[in-house]
Amino acid sequence: MSEHSLEIRDLHARIADGEEILKGVDLVVPRGEVHALMGPNGSGKSTLAKVMAGDPQYEVTGGDVLIDGESILEMEPDERARAGLYLAFQYPVEVPGVSIANFLRLALNARREEGDEIGVMEFYTKLQRAVKALDWDESIIERNLHEGFSGGEKKRSEILQLLVLESRYAILDETDSGLDVDALKVVAKGVNAARGPEFGALVITHYQRLLNYIVPDKVHVMAAGRIVKQGPKELAMELDTRGYDWIRVEAGLAPVGDDEHAPRVGA
Amino acid sequence: MADLLPQDAHPDAAKLEGMAHADQYSYYMPETYAFRSEKGLTKRVVEQISYQKNEPEWMLKFRLRALEIAEKKGRPKWGPDLSHLNFDEIYFYIRPQDKKGTNSWDDVPEEVRETYRKLGIPEAEQKMLAGVGAQYESEMVYHNLKEEWEKQGVIFLDSDTGLQQYPELFKEHFATVVPPEDNYFAAVNSAVWSGGSFVYVPAGVEIDVPLQAYFLINAQSMGQFERTLIIGEPGSRFHYIEGCTAPTYNSDSFHSGVIEIIVKERANVRYSTIQNWSHNVYNLVTQRAIVQRHGSMGWLDGNLGSKVTMKYPSTYLMGEGAHGEVLSIAFATDGQHQDAGAKVIHAAPNTTSSVVSKSISKGTGRSSYRGLVQIHEGATNARSNVECDALLLDDQAKTDTYPYIEINEKSAHVGHEATVSKLNDEQIFYLQSRGLPEDAAMALIVRGFLDPVAKELPLEYAVELNRLIELEMEGSVG
Repeated sequence: MSEHSLEIRDLHARIADGEEILKGVDLVVPRGEVHALMGPNGSGKSTLAKVMAGDPQYEVTGGDVLIDGESILEMEPDERARAGLYLAFQYPVEVPGVSIANFLRLALNARREEGDEIGVMEFYTKLQRAVKALDWDESIIERNLHEGFSGGEKKRSEILQLLVLESRYAILDETDSGLDVDALKVVAKGVNAARGPEFGALVITHYQRLLNYIVPDKVHVMAAGRIVKQGPKELAMELDTRGYDWIRVEAGLAPVGDDEHAPRVGA
Repeated sequence: MADLLPQDAHPDAAKLEGMAHADQYSYYMPETYAFRSEKGLTKRVVEQISYQKNEPEWMLKFRLRALEIAEKKGRPKWGPDLSHLNFDEIYFYIRPQDKKGTNSWDDVPEEVRETYRKLGIPEAEQKMLAGVGAQYESEMVYHNLKEEWEKQGVIFLDSDTGLQQYPELFKEHFATVVPPEDNYFAAVNSAVWSGGSFVYVPAGVEIDVPLQAYFLINAQSMGQFERTLIIGEPGSRFHYIEGCTAPTYNSDSFHSGVIEIIVKERANVRYSTIQNWSHNVYNLVTQRAIVQRHGSMGWLDGNLGSKVTMKYPSTYLMGEGAHGEVLSIAFATDGQHQDAGAKVIHAAPNTTSSVVSKSISKGTGRSSYRGLVQIHEGATNARSNVECDALLLDDQAKTDTYPYIEINEKSAHVGHEATVSKLNDEQIFYLQSRGLPEDAAMALIVRGFLDPVAKELPLEYAVELNRLIELEMEGSVG
């Protein structure tokens, strides 16, 4: 399995010189599958995403992360990206003065040998196809990266980049947060367009709502820095109606009573 | 610049002494000289220069008067530290070899050509930089342009030739915008000037293709003490570009040019320069335009390289409805002090101006914005807006802002905005997470920061600027 999977082994990490947040995470996403990672606020989901992408704010204190059998923990964030990992950020930053088209062309060329840069036609064809898949206006590619973007546009941009960069593995960090139903459908359409035998994804979400549109092959539940339960897609439904406390109890953790039961609109 | 700005700066520039030739932007190109003056600035040297150039009597007198003014004036007591600038060590005049002895492109060292290629400099320009300018004459493009311009009555020559061929026109305008009394370095330049461009565009003539200094055969526009005189007759419109982002090797450590521009009624003149001096150079330049009724002047001023730069393109809005614009870029790296900015004088009603300054400091580099907006009494309804943004690439880097605003007219509208930002770790991580190496991520952020100015440049210059920034950023990851 490890030959074609994104694998997290007993991963421990903390914020630099801070408290441990990840306390032994085990999780495998085989290529060709989409898994959901759910859990209450503060369980460590976003930390896991950032640690995998190599955010220098965090320090790994144990365990490993492997892409197709190869450890990526010693790699710089850009090397991890070139090795096939993509993180859709929960809060994408703005980079003034840098157009989406220019940025993506550079990002694609960073994956290619010098002298083998992507052709202009090939690039624009690829970019236009992705823009279309997200029901977006073509003019978007000339806008500066997230400058003046609404929350929904930023999320859509994250998926646009995913489609253009064609990474093998994607982590979507609460891409659904702050989206209305229409935007959610568009984002889901984009992710579903990326699905295929050569693509694996870990979709992090607090709510089951997104999973109506991106149907997961498997659901992992995280609490207190560990994966405490795994199950089929129906598990997401169950979490939606029952909340997270029962899982904490099952895992031997104290219930906290902070469940936010499935707010269906405007979450 | 008049000596009206206070003393304030002591950049740590001395460190680069002696190592200026070791970095990637410094290299030497073989040159031979037909004539070289003795070292130092003396009456004898000034007389020699004038004699060598076979100049009219009035020019010799002008030079000698300027020398006296310089001696009386003394150096400015404000701005960057110039204490290491020793005139006794400097050759104030070197005549480049005669045309027939010009280097062949094949003689240019491979590593120099490689640097030019890396920068993506157009081949024609590479040759100019390497002193192979004479090959230009055979360039069809230039030939055609030149013929077309000549038909329209446009004069586009180096200043020495301009003085010889158009003595009356030259004399009429020369030193009317920047008299030697203006400031110390203008006086020095007036005494020893050589080269530069002489541009005259007749009334109503509009030129779409930029007049580029590197078109000039045997041009000394990038010389030590160039003197550029540009005249836009009423209703004319053109863009003059000089310099380039390629490292300009110069064994002389002192560059002091004077640029004079006269924008007559309803004329529209743009002057763009991007300079990247080698890191041993003191770059002290006076650039000034006067703008008559409803005329428009645009400066684009890019300052990279050098050890110390003092450069404040000035625009005197003398006629009603005149407009002035300055876009300024400064990039200061280790040991450099870029002291740059703009001056705008509103001396007539309904005049408008805007200044956008973008500076970047890296390592021990320091960039200062020094600007003046002056609104004279009676210049009713004048409007001016100044925006200066500074980006610091690391903890040691420094930036400062000296905006001077003098308003003597109640109806003026003057805006000033300044921002300082640091290179943002979250942005770098984000760009890295898309596959860009850290230095490329930083370079991209810098390019984005400069974009509002860079997009005003013709494409090939913008591309060069971007490449140059990438080179500057290489190895900046510690």
